[in-house]
Amino acid sequence: MNEPVIYTENLTKKFGAFTAVDNISFSVDKGEIFGFLGANGAGKTTAMRMLCGLSHPTSGKGAVAGYDILKESEKVKKNIGYMSQKFSLYEDLKVWENIRLFGGIYGMESKRIASKTDLILDELGFLAERNTLVRELPLGWKQKLAFSVSIFHEPKVVFLDEPTGGVDPVTRRQFWELIYAATDRGITAFVTTHYMDEAEYCNRVSIMVDGKIEALDTPKKLKLQFEADTMDEVFQQLARKATRSDN
Amino acid sequence: MKQFLSFVKKEFFHIFRDTRTMMIILGIPVIQMLLFGFAITTEVRNVQVAVFDPSKDISTERIINQLDASQYFHVVKMLNNPDEINAVFKENHNINLVVVFDEKFNENLLHTGEASIQLIADATDPNQATTLSGYATSIINSYQQELLQEYKIPIRIKPEMKMLYNPQIKSAYNFVPGVMGLIFMLICAMMTSISIVREKETGTMEILLASPMKPIYIIVAKAIPYFAISIINLTTILLLSIYILKVPVSGNFYSLIGISLLFIMVALSLGILISTIAETQVAAMLVSGMGMILPVMILSGMIFPIESMPVVLQWISDIIPAKWYISAVRKLMIQGLGITSVYKELAVLLGMGVFLITVSLKNFKTRLN
Repeated sequence: MNEPVIYTENLTKKFGAFTAVDNISFSVDKGEIFGFLGANGAGKTTAMRMLCGLSHPTSGKGAVAGYDILKESEKVKKNIGYMSQKFSLYEDLKVWENIRLFGGIYGMESKRIASKTDLILDELGFLAERNTLVRELPLGWKQKLAFSVSIFHEPKVVFLDEPTGGVDPVTRRQFWELIYAATDRGITAFVTTHYMDEAEYCNRVSIMVDGKIEALDTPKKLKLQFEADTMDEVFQQLARKATRSDN
Repeated sequence: MKQFLSFVKKEFFHIFRDTRTMMIILGIPVIQMLLFGFAITTEVRNVQVAVFDPSKDISTERIINQLDASQYFHVVKMLNNPDEINAVFKENHNINLVVVFDEKFNENLLHTGEASIQLIADATDPNQATTLSGYATSIINSYQQELLQEYKIPIRIKPEMKMLYNPQIKSAYNFVPGVMGLIFMLICAMMTSISIVREKETGTMEILLASPMKPIYIIVAKAIPYFAISIINLTTILLLSIYILKVPVSGNFYSLIGISLLFIMVALSLGILISTIAETQVAAMLVSGMGMILPVMILSGMIFPIESMPVVLQWISDIIPAKWYISAVRKLMIQGLGITSVYKELAVLLGMGVFLITVSLKNFKTRLN
């Protein structure tokens, strides 16, 4: 087995007396789809922000794409893609301008940006929308485009923070096909979601309750362990134990 | 560097694609200049005057003719008895000044060397009242000068009113520096803060912060287009003021540009500071609108003279960057003084700029964690 792509050891984040993330340790392998579940306020987003270098851990350590998240956050940032729950492209820029901008921000060559733009627009079936302002696209299309932009620079890991919020089931299905295609190329996907059917699509799933990871395994084994038929039941059993509800 | 440039380009796109906002920020200076220059002018022109002249002699006639001949006054009514004075203001709202002569005006003047004229102004608009009685006084003074030369007898001459730097009491001289301060505050502080906060609101700021782009670049790239727009606005204002409002740049042109650029920087850093505090665009707009632009209008000496404010307000006015800028522009542009006369303003603005940039960068970093 190779070195894990994401690795944390006793990662903790405190805001004053409140411990948002409480000693979490896990590792994710290359090409894996890692589901990161938890109720609102369980600490998912905080944990993810630490891994992306957006927030400094209070204690513990971690590494992403082979770089220390504390000491080498600049290198971490170069090797990850990030798509947040809020829509993450510029509405007043055209489709190709968004792609070029983010390609440029990640330091890609203009030539490579141009040729790859054609490639991904073709894959998405968006060739006709090249010069459309992003604000004129339907939400599902925007989300698919945002995902393609977040992996445009071929990062080692892509962090997806509730990427399918508000999207219809058909588009969600298509979205997951994009994620599979990316992981087939060796990109690791780290996904948070509230849809339990999506949890079943993940290779492994962790469930956070009150800042701690309460369960971590493949969906199949988790269902066996909790004697449940669906991931939803597993989640319900664990989430009921939560003592805090919202941030 | 390339990454930075593509980012600056994006910022320009944001502005150009938003045609309405773009028209506003480029049009505001023109509208403000014309508004203050022509509509909200404190200048007096063609004021309708009524005269009560019981004396009806050669002197009063000449004074009345001189008043009427000036471009400021227009004698429209002769009153027949003193009771009409009050009535005329009430009946005819266009009459703003009544000139009342002594009985036996000329006789008094020649025999006792003293005669009086009463100027009764409608002071509903106190500024205008002061201005127009000032005009009238100076016209009367000049007549007294004439008499003195004609008759060579001692006549009491009222102290002459000398309008230093602004002999015609043009209000444009007063407000051009003020509008400059206001516009840069509006464009730089308000628009920059809104454009940064917008990215926080839409969520793109997260994406940028998770990218290898350095936060300082993000901020600088945001400020560059507004810096460029401010330079366009500076050009517009100066052209309008020189060619339309006839307010020349009487001092050193380059010093004026220099201090304007410095002030633009200060306003930009203020905008960045606001953006680190405000979480929503509305909040950013309120903070910059109410917190910056209103004080600029009221406390910078643009409309109300600082000298006549209560001491506490005078202290507060010291921390308003626009006050120093406006004062410097007055000296450089209107009074025609050299750069040496604005060292104090220069130093204060420089200090404010350094302070604001340091605080906002520090604030921006801590906000990230």
